[in-house]
Amino acid sequence: MRLTLRVWRQKNAGADGAMSTYEVDGISPDMSFLEMLDTLNEELILKGEDPVAFDHDCREGICGACSLVINGDAHGPERTTTCQLHMRSFEDGDTIDVEPWRAAAFPVVKDLVVDRSAFDRIIQAGGYITAPTGSAPEAHATPVPKPDADAAFEHAECIGCGACVAACPNGAAMLFTSAKVNHLGVLPQGAPERESRVLDMVAQMDAEGFGGCTLAGECATACPKGIPLFSITRMNREFVRAARKAR
Amino acid sequence: MTRTLWHSTVGKKAVMAVSGLIMLAYLVVHMFGNLKIFFGPDTFDAYAHWLRTIGEPFMHYEWTLWVVRVVLVAAVVAHATAAYQLSRRDLRARPDRYVHRRPRASYATRTMRWGGVILGLFLVWHLLDLTTGTVHAGFRPGHPYENVVATFSTWYGNAVYLLAMLALGLHVRHGFWSAAQTLGAGSRTRDRLLVTLANLLALVLTLGFIAVPVGVMTGLVS
Ligand code: HEM
Ligand code: SF4
Ligand code: FES
Repeated sequence: MRLTLRVWRQKNAGADGAMSTYEVDGISPDMSFLEMLDTLNEELILKGEDPVAFDHDCREGICGACSLVINGDAHGPERTTTCQLHMRSFEDGDTIDVEPWRAAAFPVVKDLVVDRSAFDRIIQAGGYITAPTGSAPEAHATPVPKPDADAAFEHAECIGCGACVAACPNGAAMLFTSAKVNHLGVLPQGAPERESRVLDMVAQMDAEGFGGCTLAGECATACPKGIPLFSITRMNREFVRAARKAR
Repeated sequence: MTRTLWHSTVGKKAVMAVSGLIMLAYLVVHMFGNLKIFFGPDTFDAYAHWLRTIGEPFMHYEWTLWVVRVVLVAAVVAHATAAYQLSRRDLRARPDRYVHRRPRASYATRTMRWGGVILGLFLVWHLLDLTTGTVHAGFRPGHPYENVVATFSTWYGNAVYLLAMLALGLHVRHGFWSAAQTLGAGSRTRDRLLVTLANLLALVLTLGFIAVPVGVMTGLVS
């Protein structure tokens, strides 16, 4: 495949960025999107140019490090992570636009790499349980109803990639935060911090400069793990409940 | 609790949802009452007079009406203030646009802000036109039937009203469903019901309100 890439290039956080155009040839449809970028970077390095910086780690769809907006869609045209997106989703001769996540709370570090540490601070604000853990407990010691276990698993799938923020017209982190709040909130192990968790995590989310939810639904469409929009509804319910109980 | 709510994006949205639902409930009643215009001037004017006597003898003449007005003004102020503050925050949270643009979300969703502004401006005009009569040439207090017919006998009266009612339909379509999510009432199993209800409310309100100017325009009401 022969492709034209228009890639966001930005030297550092302070510099102005712009789209740069590159041609790549000899791309196999079986390559992942990141392998295609590796091919481009090899050529750039051979030419003595600065390779395109982008985030990646596991390359198997579980770590949440990869993060590209491809032709206006977070993680590109398929509902998966960029590392699991294959070039067969594109046509020979296509022009592809590649941009970083855009949100005030996710400043660009270089090229396509953004700083997502705001997510870490939201987790620090309440995305944990306070019970001492240690080795795995006996599985039947704390019974968990099946529907609750299913709901917890569904929300636990969030890999913290930030596609929801990138897709949201308000740069809101509601889907991510709600996935974390609900994941722990429905389990008996997370019950002691049920109220403080949602209040503290939402407060941190606001403090980081994320926007608010207007129920546009773009986040849930972009989420590679299928976290549902109703996750936000559930967090809203938890929040109002906790605010009523708070003294 | 009030502080927790008003100082967070989630809580402020809950204030918008509650104030929006209060206005929505009022509008359903208002629309229904308006339809009495099709039964002639005596029925309509008598209905308008009755509105001022609700709750008598416990409530004095017009007291109930004033209670309703105070609640509505509070709802409008809370709703518009929260809308303004949240919108400013949302725009700040997303300062850089994508170079590769594509339409995001549905039409009703994207028009909430401008639609809301149109509704706010309409509200001011509507009160000056049919409540106080300030912008209404030849306004006769106590004769609402005559005043309504006069308003809808002008092209601008009709134009302003029709535009506002379309904006209302779109606003309610996304607004009602959104309020259910904001207040935590939505779920996967209940979604079809909520979407249907939102569409139905939007349609019934828009058609019900528009029936009055259409009635005047077609000569059914004169
Ligand atoms: C003063 C004029 C108004 C303004 C400036 C305004 C503005 C807004 C804005 C900006 C939103 C949020 C949009 C979003 O989340 O995408 C909204 C939501 C809403 N509006 Fe209005 N609006 C106005 C009048 C009304 C009226 C008259 C009603 C009653 C039918 C109404 C009912 C609602 C409802 C139910 C919501 C949903 C709240 C939620 O998402 O939880 N609004 N409005
Ligand atoms: S909710 Fe989905 S899109 Fe958002 S961070 Fe988690 S996995 Fe990524
Ligand atoms: S690189 Fe780990 S999810 Fe894509």
